[in-house]
Amino acid sequence: MSAVSTSSKDALVRIRGLRTRLGGKVIFDGVDLDIPRGGITAVMGPSGTGKTTLLRHITGQLQPDAGEIVVDGRNLAQLDRNGLFELRERIGYLFQNSALLTDFSVFENVAFPLRQHARLPEELIRNIVLPKLQAVGLRGAAELMPAELSGGMARRVALARAIVRDPMLLIYDEPFVGLDPIALNQVLKLIRVLNQTLGLTSIVVAHELSAVSRVADHIYLLAAGKVAAHGGPDELVRGDTDWTRQFFGGEADGPVPFHYPARDYASDLGFAKERA
Amino acid sequence: MSRKPGGGFIGDGLAQIGALGLFLLSVLAAVPRSLRYFAETVRQIFFVGAMSLVIIMTCGLFIGLVLGLQLYEVLSRFGSTASVGTVVAIALYRELGPVVTALLFAGRAGTSITAEIGLMRATDQLAAMEMMAVDPMAYVVAPRFLAGVIAMPLLASIFNALAIFGSHLVAVTWLGLDNGTFWSNMTGAVDVWTDVMNGVWKSAVFGAVVTLVATFQGYSTAPTSEGVAYATTRTVVYSSILTLAIDFLMTAFLM
Amino acid sequence: MTQRRSHQIGTGLFILLGFAALGYLATQTTSLANYRQGPTYALKARFTNVGQLKLRAPVKIAGVRIGSVSDIQLEPDRLEALVTLAIDNRYNQLPDDSAAAVFTSGLLGDQYVALKPGGSPDMFKNGDEIILTQSSMQLEELIGKYLVGSGDSPAKKPAESESATQEGKTP
Repeated sequence: MSAVSTSSKDALVRIRGLRTRLGGKVIFDGVDLDIPRGGITAVMGPSGTGKTTLLRHITGQLQPDAGEIVVDGRNLAQLDRNGLFELRERIGYLFQNSALLTDFSVFENVAFPLRQHARLPEELIRNIVLPKLQAVGLRGAAELMPAELSGGMARRVALARAIVRDPMLLIYDEPFVGLDPIALNQVLKLIRVLNQTLGLTSIVVAHELSAVSRVADHIYLLAAGKVAAHGGPDELVRGDTDWTRQFFGGEADGPVPFHYPARDYASDLGFAKERA
Repeated sequence: MSRKPGGGFIGDGLAQIGALGLFLLSVLAAVPRSLRYFAETVRQIFFVGAMSLVIIMTCGLFIGLVLGLQLYEVLSRFGSTASVGTVVAIALYRELGPVVTALLFAGRAGTSITAEIGLMRATDQLAAMEMMAVDPMAYVVAPRFLAGVIAMPLLASIFNALAIFGSHLVAVTWLGLDNGTFWSNMTGAVDVWTDVMNGVWKSAVFGAVVTLVATFQGYSTAPTSEGVAYATTRTVVYSSILTLAIDFLMTAFLM
Repeated sequence: MTQRRSHQIGTGLFILLGFAALGYLATQTTSLANYRQGPTYALKARFTNVGQLKLRAPVKIAGVRIGSVSDIQLEPDRLEALVTLAIDNRYNQLPDDSAAAVFTSGLLGDQYVALKPGGSPDMFKNGDEIILTQSSMQLEELIGKYLVGSGDSPAKKPAESESATQEGKTP
């Protein structure tokens, strides 16, 4: 619980009092969150708690109703479109479904951010792109088209693309979904290795506890619009709140109800319990 | 008069037209920025223009054959088969060329634009571009819009040329109309500005209409496979209706 | 990229093809085609009636186009139409007793000037006038003549033929 106070000075992303309503539904109701520089922070939570929405806030794609989001010392609410684009150029984002551009080969996909923002000589582009592909182990697949890749390979290509401009912050949106154990271990290894070798800050949004606890330095558990718990992986698993018990213990019923809110079961079935 | 949200045929139609108008404004605003990605516009001209050539040329040829046959038959009742070339050319340049090409274009290029952008939306490619600090309006939408505006007049001209060739084939080669008569009547009656260039302006506008509807439908589609399928259908329906309506307005008020 | 390059080449070919088609339509199938002619020389001809003859209408001998109408004016003193023909320099061997007539191509077609070659050894020169002319045949007059000639009403002068036409139409 002391992690926030010690690291808040050195936080790359600092969120205070975040409140968001989307479509009349309260997503965040006062979230305070710090992403320390140089670490791997995992954001977990049951489906529908707004983990992806949180990422959209951090990248400035979505403005909150209230609260402050500061990324690398800059308050997002005060940035105009160009300022946001400048900031985003320094953020790598790994999409859940990889989001590779289907028209381009693997090489061109990774080179895409480079080509769009600077006129670089072809040789230099090769010298930047190939090492990134080598880092994710797909240099040999450079000329393949995205349709020819498996899900795990596509995700690694997307990862190479996310790091091609040497970002300060790398965001993984559900990086483990739909991967077989081998691909999952590859991605886990990459997250760890990249974080160490490139000296970047990582945010991992996921709900696979076993995978996350192997890689994250720090875990935030979001639930019901608030931070339900946070701390190191061991700390949280041993934690003793309702939320952590249900989430990490994998219980079917708890604060997240098994039943969707419904009318009284008996009356729905037509057994009027009490005729008044 | 109060409109329930989501209800009412007329209200929905107006809302759609309003949304389309706003989309047009943001496309136009993105056009100057899209000049940075000129290679992308060139690529799109290839996809919407060059890839539509087969259907445009085939249909142009058949339209010409049919026009030649029908007009020769009808005009021979009045003993003025000499005018076959003239009537074919004027009908093509002023109406048939731009309109039929636009309808074919909506079916061939419009649907693929919608499906492509819709899939980009569904697979987060548009969001990924946003995250890579690339504006999808400037990189994805505006080049396709420009490509439509540039490619349509060229496609319509190719369509017209093939149709003239087709009608010549039927009227002169097959039915025996005098070659000199065919051409000299045409050149005597067809004007470069009021006939040919009018058609060119029209088809440029139709190209804008079709690609605008197509990109709008793709951009605002629900990111599911049903969403993309419906959006593709709507592209054909809306762009055909809009093309013909705007054709009437342009013919009535501008020409 | 080779793929990118092939798209650029394809686009270039497509644009060339499109402009070629447009250029062809604009210059070969419109009145612009009639401008496309080398040096010409002028001949004049007077007609009492040129009918629907228009500027740039073709001038033909034996159905072959040799030039076009470059000017149509009313001559104030004689109240006749003075038509200037621009004849292609290639056709400079026209006998100077050739005759000019305003004909209609087909029943409803456009009108053109037809030259009927004469037998004179001397040839037309720039600025010469064609003496022998035949005015446009007016459809109304023709119909009038036909009705008058074969109908049961008494013969009328050609000047009244137009009203005769109308009478003839209402039995």
